[in-house]
Amino acid sequence: MSVARSTSARKSSTAPKSAKKTATSKEKGRTRPPAGQSSAEHRGDLLEAMLRIRRFEERCVELYSAAKIRGFVHLYIGEEAVAVGINEALTPEDAVVSTYREHGHALARGVTAEAVMAEMYGKATGCSGGRGGSMHLFDASRRFYGGSAIVAGGLPLAAGLALADRMREQPRVTCCFFGDGAFAEGEFHETANLAALWNLPLLLVCENNLYAMGTALAREHAQTDLAMRAASYGMPAWAVDGMDVEAVEQAASRATEGIRAGTGPHFLELRTYRFRAHSMYDPDRYRNKAEIEQWKARDPVSRLTDRMRENGELGARELARIEHQITDEIDRAVESAEQAPEEPVENLLRHVTSARRRVVS
Amino acid sequence: MGAGGTEVSKTTYREAMREAMREALRSDDRVFLMGEDVGRYGGCFGVSLGLLEEFGPERVRDTPLSESAFVGAGIGAALAGMRPIVEIMTVNFSLLALDQILNNAATLLHMSGGQLPVPLVIRMTTGAGRQLAAQHSHSLEGWYAHIPGIRVIAPATIEDARHMLAPALADPDPVVIFEHGSLYNASGELAPPAAPVDLDHAAIRRPGTDISLIAYGGSLPKALVAADELAAEGISAEVIDLRTLRPLDTEVVTASVARTHRAVVIDEAWRTGSLAAEVSARIAEESLYELDAPVERVCSEEVPIPYARQLEETALPQIADVVAAAHRAVD
Repeated sequence: MSVARSTSARKSSTAPKSAKKTATSKEKGRTRPPAGQSSAEHRGDLLEAMLRIRRFEERCVELYSAAKIRGFVHLYIGEEAVAVGINEALTPEDAVVSTYREHGHALARGVTAEAVMAEMYGKATGCSGGRGGSMHLFDASRRFYGGSAIVAGGLPLAAGLALADRMREQPRVTCCFFGDGAFAEGEFHETANLAALWNLPLLLVCENNLYAMGTALAREHAQTDLAMRAASYGMPAWAVDGMDVEAVEQAASRATEGIRAGTGPHFLELRTYRFRAHSMYDPDRYRNKAEIEQWKARDPVSRLTDRMRENGELGARELARIEHQITDEIDRAVESAEQAPEEPVENLLRHVTSARRRVVS
Repeated sequence: MGAGGTEVSKTTYREAMREAMREALRSDDRVFLMGEDVGRYGGCFGVSLGLLEEFGPERVRDTPLSESAFVGAGIGAALAGMRPIVEIMTVNFSLLALDQILNNAATLLHMSGGQLPVPLVIRMTTGAGRQLAAQHSHSLEGWYAHIPGIRVIAPATIEDARHMLAPALADPDPVVIFEHGSLYNASGELAPPAAPVDLDHAAIRRPGTDISLIAYGGSLPKALVAADELAAEGISAEVIDLRTLRPLDTEVVTASVARTHRAVVIDEAWRTGSLAAEVSARIAEESLYELDAPVERVCSEEVPIPYARQLEETALPQIADVVAAAHRAVD
């Protein structure tokens, strides 16, 4: 397939999507699918968004093995339904705070594959100007506040974004992703308390993938029912099948509707699983193959694909078209990253402090 | 805004700081104050007394004792366009928020390639001398001054307490303000500022020709009294107030040492790895051939600050120690 053809295909598929987002951004308490779009079309969008993340990260594995990208790289493969499902309930005006496993969050938020890949390459055109790498993706224009590699470190910051919105009566939601490991940190509990106490418009999204690095949930938590514990702060909290994108979207919509209605923070525990090791360095000795295979049987991508096939919503040709389009998009992102300029070393000290502050009396 | 007018008025360091905050809250609706006991209690050290009544609980927010959460919330609010002033009771407690200060506030601008400036002001008390024992008495300004991406200031005079907050709030980057607990009751005449206060320059608080006494924060009054005593002996000491601990203004220090050829650095922190160590190293790097004597340092003894009065006094730099150090350098 030619580059030109797939470019136009990509444009035609993404343009209406972004227009749709803008159109619905001012709506509150919307339910899916939006008016004028069939469930089948919507499911197609969800599938495409998940596949983009999956294929992007598969390429990252190859590039890492080829030493094109370095550092700690934490893959999201298996957890795509969470990023995509949650993002569907957010508007461009909302804020997203993420973790070090954030390729999926960034792509679902609309940060381009090109900007993310260039950042993985450490290039000047990367979404963090080459200073962040895989763990620190940021895009202020999309209110994507990255990219925290300190487990739970993003939670208080997310409360602050929500506090600013509350103080200025902005009808916005701040969504904070974090893992089950972060739930063990004091910062989670301090933030949950503060958010509930101050009725902040905060969506707490706990991606419970059953392992904090290599430590299993039951080895890190005295009580493994995380939603129940979150509920003790006086906020609505429930557990969701994180391998089912439509279930995630439904739960996220319910939560954001509540938040937009002024009922304060909500907590979602997404029960999910990462098919890969914690990072590219991790030999993954702490899990057995049977467990991994069991979870792979619930792969959110094949699950939605199968559902759509059964419903007659997705033919082989259409799936191939989506796959081609995504492959092409990633090819171009890699090519662009390869060609992109390095940040000059003369710029090393840029962005340590802002250019110049005003001197005032 | 009494202190901002043209008349000289009698005030205290505490009132000057409060007036600075009142002015900030009045003049910019993005500014709000939050921290431990800043509202109903009036501030742990009485600095924010009355501000709750004037500005209400939305803008003068009592927080739980959750340093990490409320400092991090300040960072998030700053990212979203607010201008928070976050108060932490003492520098010892700030360690519970060090992750937020170092890994987020100081780092986000750089990690994001310049996209995310954090215009946040964090105020905290520091220092010993009030028999509060080890967990309320330490001086960790040097630790904060170690961190790129934040500005660290230490107003030592009533004028600076009154006039450094506005430029701190105007700074697009995080500013940490250290207020030495023993300064709050200091009183004096507050004159309108002769020039705009900037946060980049050290100040010569007393000119002299024989020796440079380099201090900041709670050590400045001790250095000034020591200079009086030295003057009575015929030794002319120049007293420098560093004011901004990061970025350090070494030009004023270098120029002073070029005149006096001797230096004593006074720092209430422990000597090992202290800001005094940094200042001494800068003098060695930039002014070694100007020196007629080794740089002297007057710091705290290397001990957690004890409760008992005589132990605490002995642990801390005292005026007599500064005078003795000056004698060693001059003689």
